[in-house]
Amino acid sequence: MPTHTTVEPRPGDPAITPALIAEHGLTAEEHDRLVAMLCREPTFTELGIVSALWSEHCSYKHSRPLLRNLPTKAPYVLQGPGENAGVISIGDGLAVAFKIESHNHPSAVEPYQGAATGVGGILRDVFTMGARPIAMLNSLRFGSLESPRVRYLFGGVVKGIGDYGNCVGIPTVAGEVAFDPSYEGNPLVNAMCVGLMHENELIRAVAQGVGNPIIAVGARTGRDGIHGASFASEDLSAQSEAKRPRVQVGDPFTEKLLLEASLELIRSGAIVAIQDMGAAGLTSSSAEMAARGDVGIRIDTTLVPTRESGMTPYEILLSESQERMLVVAKRGREAEVERILSKWDLTTAVIGEVIAEPVYRVTEGERVVAEFPGTRLVTDCPTYTPDAVESAAVAGLRLRDVSRIAERPEERDPAWTLEQLLSSPTIASKTWVYRQYDTTVRTNTVIGPGGDAAVVRVRGTDRALALKTDCNGRYVYLDPRLGAQIAVCEAARNVACAGGRPMAITNNLNFGNPRKPDVYYQLREAVLGMGEACTALGTPVTGGNVSLYNENPGGAVYPTPVIGMVGVIDSLVHITASAFQQERDAIVLLGEPTAELGASEYLARIHDVVAGAPPACPLDRERALIDALLEAITSGVVRSAHDCSDGGLAVALAECCIMDRGAPHGAHVDLSAWRTLPQRAVLFGEAQGRVVVTSDSPDTVITIAKGHGIPARVVGHVRGAGSPLHITTGGAPLEISLARLDDAYHEAIPRAMSRAVASQ
Amino acid sequence: MKFGIVTFPASNCDYDAYQAVVEGLGEDAVFLWHKEHDLKQSDVIILPGGFSYGDYLRAGAIARFSPVMQDVIAFAKRGGPVLGICNGFQIACEAGLLPGALLRNASLKFVCETVQLRVENSDTLFTNRYERGAIIRVPIAHGDGRYTASDETLDRLEQEGRVAFRYVGGPADADEWWSPNGSMRAIGGVVNEAGNVLGLMPHPERAVDPLLGSADGLGVFESMLARVAA
Repeated sequence: MPTHTTVEPRPGDPAITPALIAEHGLTAEEHDRLVAMLCREPTFTELGIVSALWSEHCSYKHSRPLLRNLPTKAPYVLQGPGENAGVISIGDGLAVAFKIESHNHPSAVEPYQGAATGVGGILRDVFTMGARPIAMLNSLRFGSLESPRVRYLFGGVVKGIGDYGNCVGIPTVAGEVAFDPSYEGNPLVNAMCVGLMHENELIRAVAQGVGNPIIAVGARTGRDGIHGASFASEDLSAQSEAKRPRVQVGDPFTEKLLLEASLELIRSGAIVAIQDMGAAGLTSSSAEMAARGDVGIRIDTTLVPTRESGMTPYEILLSESQERMLVVAKRGREAEVERILSKWDLTTAVIGEVIAEPVYRVTEGERVVAEFPGTRLVTDCPTYTPDAVESAAVAGLRLRDVSRIAERPEERDPAWTLEQLLSSPTIASKTWVYRQYDTTVRTNTVIGPGGDAAVVRVRGTDRALALKTDCNGRYVYLDPRLGAQIAVCEAARNVACAGGRPMAITNNLNFGNPRKPDVYYQLREAVLGMGEACTALGTPVTGGNVSLYNENPGGAVYPTPVIGMVGVIDSLVHITASAFQQERDAIVLLGEPTAELGASEYLARIHDVVAGAPPACPLDRERALIDALLEAITSGVVRSAHDCSDGGLAVALAECCIMDRGAPHGAHVDLSAWRTLPQRAVLFGEAQGRVVVTSDSPDTVITIAKGHGIPARVVGHVRGAGSPLHITTGGAPLEISLARLDDAYHEAIPRAMSRAVASQ
Repeated sequence: MKFGIVTFPASNCDYDAYQAVVEGLGEDAVFLWHKEHDLKQSDVIILPGGFSYGDYLRAGAIARFSPVMQDVIAFAKRGGPVLGICNGFQIACEAGLLPGALLRNASLKFVCETVQLRVENSDTLFTNRYERGAIIRVPIAHGDGRYTASDETLDRLEQEGRVAFRYVGGPADADEWWSPNGSMRAIGGVVNEAGNVLGLMPHPERAVDPLLGSADGLGVFESMLARVAA
C-alpha cells in the first residue's frame, strides 16, 4: 500500500475551487474520484495533469468500453491497439506499422498549422515503433465549397498537409475528400501514416528498468498548445476562435531530424522506449510509458529545456510544443544517446528516471509538485456508457420511400445527370489537392492518388502494399451500423481492385458529443458494424483514434468512422490499375445493380435529399467478391478494376474512361439486361458489392466469379479516345463525349477554388 | 565510377539518388555528410532534393555555407562534375555555381506531377545519351522552381547551348513551351559555362524504373557515366 504524501501547493497557485475544477473539464464525480485516489485535494499542477489525461482525447472514456468489441487478432498482427501504432507482419521478416489520427479541432480554427501538426504527430507515432515512414494518406471532410470560409479551410488544410509531409520527404499517396454541409465549421482532418521495418526492430513505448534515465529530445518546450487535448474534447463554439493559441506550430525540419535520430537511436540498442510528446505533451507520454511498464517515474521540470524562462511546472507538463520526444535510455549508455542526438543537432536533457517506488512524481527542483500513486493516473480513468437512443428524425429519414421522388425535367437526358454527379466536389477529381503533395519521393509509388487504392512497392521484395482510407458519412448518418460495415467493405474492395489482399485496418472515429444519446447511439452502432465487417473480411483492427465533440452551433457532423486499410500485393505483376487500359477489352461487371437509391450522392446532388436506407451490404457476399476479384487478378486475366461507389455504375464507368487524363478511353456499354429496374437506379444507384473489370478473357473472369457465387456479365467494350461513353439502358440512351466528361470531372474543383481567389 | 551524394540534415531525395545510381545504373555511390570536409574521392557529386536546412529562409540559402559545400564548390571549380537536382539546383544557384535563381512557383503552390521535358542540347556531360529534341517524362515536386534570370543571362544561356532541358507539352502541341511553375522561357535545367555543373528542377532519379511510370531519367546518369568514365 503506497503512502500518500502531502504535496504542498506551490506559491502563486490558484486555489482549487469548483469553478477551477469545471474550467479543467472535470465533473464533480471525477473530482471526487481524484480526491479518493490521492486521499487529499489535488494541487493546481495535479489538476492540470488529470484534466489532460482524463480528457476524452487522451482517455477514450466514452469509447473504450465499445472498442473492446472490435476484433484485434490475427496470426500476422504483431502489435494491436494500445501502442503508438499497430504493426503487422508482411513476410520475409518485414513488418508494417500504421495508424490514423485526427486533428479536427485545431484545423477548424487554424487550418494550416492544425493540419500540418496532425501530419507531424502521426509520423512520430509510426517512427517511434521503429518503422521508417513510407507513405501518408489523409481523409478530409469539409462543408460546401460554395462557402468562402470552407474554401479558406480547404486550401489551408491541403497546404498544411503538403508543406509538412513534403519537407519531411514522405510521399502522400492516397486519401479522400468529401464535402457536405454537415461538416461546415467542423472540418475533419485525419492523417494516416504507414511505415516499414524489420520485425526485429519493433520497439514498444514501455518504460522499464529502475535507474534508467528519462530524456527529453527535440524542440524546446514553450507555452504553445497548453490544454490542446482538452480543447479537442469539447464542442466547437463561437468562443473556439479565442483558443487559437492552443493550436501548435509545426516545424517539419526538426521533425525530419527527429525521424532520422529516432531510427538511429532504436537501432543502436541504447534505449528502452521512445514516445512522442503529443497530446498532453510530457504528461501523457511519461504517464503512459510508466503505466505500460508498471513502474514508477520521477521527473524534475527544472531540467526540461524551455523556450522561455519562468515557465511553471503546470505549463511545462501540459505544453504541446511540437517535435519533442521522450526517451527512456539504458543506464550507462547516455553518452551514446547524446552522440546520436548531437549528430542531428537536437537538444537533449536527462529530466528524470525510472524509480522502484510505485509512484508518478513530478518535482520542481527538490519540491514535489505532483504525485500520484502507482499507475492509477492512467488506469483509474473513469469510463462511461451513456444512454443510446436513435434520433427519431433520422429513423424517419431512413424509412422514407425515396423511389417516389419525382425526376427533374433535366434528367430526361441522363448525360446531364452524369455531368452533375461527376462535377460534385465529393466525386470530382482531387488532382487540385494532391498536385500539392509530393507523391513520388522515396521512389516506390507505383500507383499514386486518384485510383482505387495507392500502391507502394516494398523494395528488395516482389511485394507491394495497397493502401486506402474510406468512409461515406451520409451512409453512417442514415444507418450507423450498416454505414460502418460499408466503410470497411469499400476500403477492402478498393484494396482488392489494386490487387491487394486486405490485411488489417486502423480507424478514426469522428463523432459528435457522446453525452447526447443520439450521438452515442451512432458511435455504438458504428463500432459494432465495423467490428462485424472486420470479422467477416478477416481484417483486424490494430489501433486508431477517437475524435468526439465534433460539433458546432449547427449540430454534430455526420458520424464518420474513417477506415484506413492496408493490403498486401503478393507480386508486382498483380498490381492493377483503375482506369481502362486497352481498346477492345471487354467490360465485365462483377455484382449487380439493384433498385436501391437511398442515401445516394444522386439524391443529395440532384434532389438535395438526404434520406432512404443505405444500400444493403451482405458481408459474406463482400468477402466472396473480394476473393473472386483477387483470384481473377492473380490468374492474370484482369487489365483494370474499379470499385463502384459514390454516384453508382455510370460514374464508375465514366471515371474509368477519363480518370487517366493522359490516356482517355471511350466505352460502349449495354445495361439493358436490367431494364426492369428504374433507369436512374441502374445508372446512379449505389448498390454495394460491384466492381467494373476489364479483360481480354472475359469468359475466364466470369467463370471465376461464378465459382465464388458472384454474378458477372460482359456489359460492353472499351473504345478509343475518339469515342464517347455510350450507355444503353431500358430508357433513353446515355451518350456523352469524353471532353464533356473530362471537363466535369477534372475542372470542378479548380473552378471552385479559382473563384475563391477571385473573391478575396 | 563513384557518385558522392551529399546529405544535408533535411535532404530527402539522397536515398533515391543512391538507388538510381546503384540499382538503376549499377555504379557505386556514397553519402557525404554535410558537416564533413570529405568528398571520399567521388568522381561525381550529386546535390539531391529535399529541404537542406528547412529552407524557411530561402531554399538553399543556408546550405551553401555548410562545410561540405566549400569542398563541393572547390571540386566544381576544378572541373569536377556536379549534378544539382531540385533543392540541389537551388543550392547550386545560391552557391554561385549556376546563374539565375529559383523563385516561388507562379501558382504559389507546391506542384507535383510528371512533366515532359525536351532535351535542348544533347552535347553536354549530362545529356549526351539523349537525342537532341527528344521528349522525356520526368516527375517534378517543388514549391520554388520558377527559374528566373535577367534577359541578358537568358539570351547568353540560349546562345551558348546551356539550356539543357525545357518544359514542353502544351495541351495542343507536344513541342510547345509549357511551364508548370512559371519558369522564364520554360527552362527546366541549365549547365554552367564550363559545362561541368547541371542544375534541374525535375527529378531524373525518380524516373529510372518503368514500374514507376518512366525510366527516361536514367539517361542523365548514363550520360555522366559515358563521359566521366571515358
